[in-house]
Amino acid sequence: MLGAPMLEVLALTKRFGGLLAVSGASLTVAQGEIVGLIGPNGAGKTTLFAMISGFVPPDSGTVRFDGEDVTGTPPHEICRRGVARTFQIVQPFGRLSVRDNIAVGAHLRLADRQAALARATEVGTELGMAALLDRPAASLTVAARKRLEIARAVATAPRLLLLDEVMAGLNPTELAEIVPVLRALRDAGVTILLIEHVMQAVVSLTERLYVLNQGSIIAEGPPAKIASMSAVVEAYLGHGAAQRLAGRAVAGAAV
Amino acid sequence: MKSGLLAVGIAMALAVPQVVTSEFWLGVCIAVLLSTLTGAAWNVLGGFGGQFSFGHAAFFGAGAYAAAILEMRFGVNAWLAFAAAGVVGGAVGFGIGYLSFRYGLRGSYFALITLAFAEVLRILANAADFTGGGVGLYLPLQVGVANLQFATKAGYYYLALGLGAGAILVGWMLERSRLGAWLVAIRENEDAARALGVDTFACKLQAIALSGALTGLAGAFYADYYLYIDPGLAFGPGISVEILLAPIIGGIGTVWGPFLGAAALRVAGELARRLMGDAPGLSLIFYGALLVIMVKFLPDGLIGLLDRAVRPRGIHAGGAHA
Amino acid sequence: MLDPIILLPAAINGLTMGAVYALVALGLTLIYGVLHIINFAHGSLLMVGLYGVFFLYRLFGLDPYACMIVLVPACFAIGYALQRSVIGTVSHGRDQNVLLITLGVSIVLENLALYLFSADTKTIETPYALDVVDLGVALVPLPRLIGFVAALALAAILWALIGRTDLGRAIRAVAKEPHGARLVGIDVEHVYAMSFGIGTACLGAAACLLLPMFYVSPHVGNVFVLIAFTIVVLGGMGSFTGALAGGLLIGLTESLGGLMFGESAGQLGIFLIFIAVLLFRPTGLFGSRLS
Repeated sequence: MLGAPMLEVLALTKRFGGLLAVSGASLTVAQGEIVGLIGPNGAGKTTLFAMISGFVPPDSGTVRFDGEDVTGTPPHEICRRGVARTFQIVQPFGRLSVRDNIAVGAHLRLADRQAALARATEVGTELGMAALLDRPAASLTVAARKRLEIARAVATAPRLLLLDEVMAGLNPTELAEIVPVLRALRDAGVTILLIEHVMQAVVSLTERLYVLNQGSIIAEGPPAKIASMSAVVEAYLGHGAAQRLAGRAVAGAAV
Repeated sequence: MKSGLLAVGIAMALAVPQVVTSEFWLGVCIAVLLSTLTGAAWNVLGGFGGQFSFGHAAFFGAGAYAAAILEMRFGVNAWLAFAAAGVVGGAVGFGIGYLSFRYGLRGSYFALITLAFAEVLRILANAADFTGGGVGLYLPLQVGVANLQFATKAGYYYLALGLGAGAILVGWMLERSRLGAWLVAIRENEDAARALGVDTFACKLQAIALSGALTGLAGAFYADYYLYIDPGLAFGPGISVEILLAPIIGGIGTVWGPFLGAAALRVAGELARRLMGDAPGLSLIFYGALLVIMVKFLPDGLIGLLDRAVRPRGIHAGGAHA
Repeated sequence: MLDPIILLPAAINGLTMGAVYALVALGLTLIYGVLHIINFAHGSLLMVGLYGVFFLYRLFGLDPYACMIVLVPACFAIGYALQRSVIGTVSHGRDQNVLLITLGVSIVLENLALYLFSADTKTIETPYALDVVDLGVALVPLPRLIGFVAALALAAILWALIGRTDLGRAIRAVAKEPHGARLVGIDVEHVYAMSFGIGTACLGAAACLLLPMFYVSPHVGNVFVLIAFTIVVLGGMGSFTGALAGGLLIGLTESLGGLMFGESAGQLGIFLIFIAVLLFRPTGLFGSRLS
């Protein structure tokens, strides 16, 4: 539908027993954007992803992709429509080679085995894994496994990519390598919504940020603005932290 | 080089009835081929798909009884009954799979429920009239190709060869198909597969239906070959165990594993019989011990052993052949 | 058919058998609750126990109930050794392997018995086998009554063991969180083996209670293994009260079902219940914690 944002999440709520994991969360992602979702641990970010990608049915609220209601659609169906996700704890197909891993994703659009393997080689190479294609996934380093997660998802030819902490555990060199990869993906036409903790990456990659705390969205805006919002600071550093920091700034100390 | 080897193998296989004159050893070959068929069938669901069934007797017995009853009570032509047995096996597979997968059963729970379904069928076959009850069914001896009863073992051998080869071919095709790739993905990590667009329910259903159909054919062959079936033989846990031994020993999830395993089992079984006599239970003690030893020391089966000898750091068996 | 005179004895029969089923299931529950494995060898281990009682009785004249003194520790040792040296060593990261190896063990045990003792069913005739106790509402064979009481007593002992002792505490810790347990210094492999041993010891006890009112044959394990699974699943994988209640329920169902619909129907009923519970309530009727 023309004009509608690619992804619209409206007031999603999810309770697990007595725990309110996500409460009335809403966000939108327009085509071509790289949007970030940040927040302290346990804020509910992965649960939100799980609801958007169909793994967990929300208790209430709607998810719209390209204007169509996809709330509660099963994960494989959502993937077919063009939304691919990665997992916070990487889930490689351990005993398969890197190429075979990526081929599983490629098979979504390609029925022929050889075509899928060729596409897998292509995607793997685009993402800098050409040297690793024949290695079993279980033998890869953490950074490489994260890259594999992304490659597999990309092979499904998604229009929207949901990345769950793909940069966690990466050292500065690995970080420096992955950021341009993600940018290149966006430039190639893939919209990205990413959960991230690594702030420098978030700031350099994203155009807009949502902040989730204790299940609710507490802020939205460009990274620069978000960083200065007291509510965000308090979410990460605790109640009153913003004031204390502001007080120290006034007293001349560096923030 | 590989296709040369294959051609030689095929030629040898075709020549067996000429070369092997002993009825006994020809019978052993037939048994190996039948085990290859059932083993390859089990492999589709268990090896490729990673869903271990401990109740494949359900499909075997369903095929055996379907063929026998169609032939005996409805006068259906033996070959048609044979084909129907495959359909029945597939249908039973579909039914069991639909229930089990719809309610998300995996791993041990799935193994348990397949065991239960097989037992249910066994009890039903034991109690019902039209299955001959506990007495079983004796198929009438009517030698003739049209009746799927051959005058000599050679005829049975060629049919079994066709079936066994066909089953291996199914595995080979699966390894090179999208369904195969998806099944292997489901086996390795079902949630990740789902996130990549794999309809895991549909794939598993296809696998179990295919597995059931092939096993049903084996049951029909058994009925027309031995001319006697009863609930204990057709639906019993003994069959379920025998079926899964071959692919596990040969190498789960590989194309030739079921054949290697079937051959190894038979050869070893015959050896044991020579050495220790023909007492009841002896061969199964041996098979059970073999299973324990294989799982403990060679979980990738004989093919895994060969793989490691040839390619020390190679990709593990199980769908990784590109 | 529904005359209480017929129903009541059948019900009592069912309950007494159910108590023994419960004891068998308790062992399986412990093993599942702690090791999280489905022990396919459980039935054949019971068979081993039964043959143990049989030969102790035949060769040494030991009363089956007295056999417990010998058999329970022996079964414990067998179970401990089995878990420590065979079952516990194979997972290689694949859960299926444990399934297969317990299956393999059961095949070996069953056919070893077949080879050594032939397929004949064997029974024992204790002098009090035909004694009957008058409960007022029905007459109950003495062995069954003893079986019932003893099974409940053993269940209580097991409950106390798990709930009140240090070992029990370690077992519960490992059941809940093996990694954490290891971190606080608990020898997890040892606890696993202890649990498997205790589970097998339950089978030894059950065998002593069972033989006077049943029989032994190489395949008797098959009869019990699926019933035991049904009970464990029905009662909630890991719940003791569940296994107990489930055992009694299954015993009742089998007896009354068999009475009303014939023996095969009774067996069929059990399997259908099993399938239904697996499909619709795999956590059983009582939840899924080791409690």
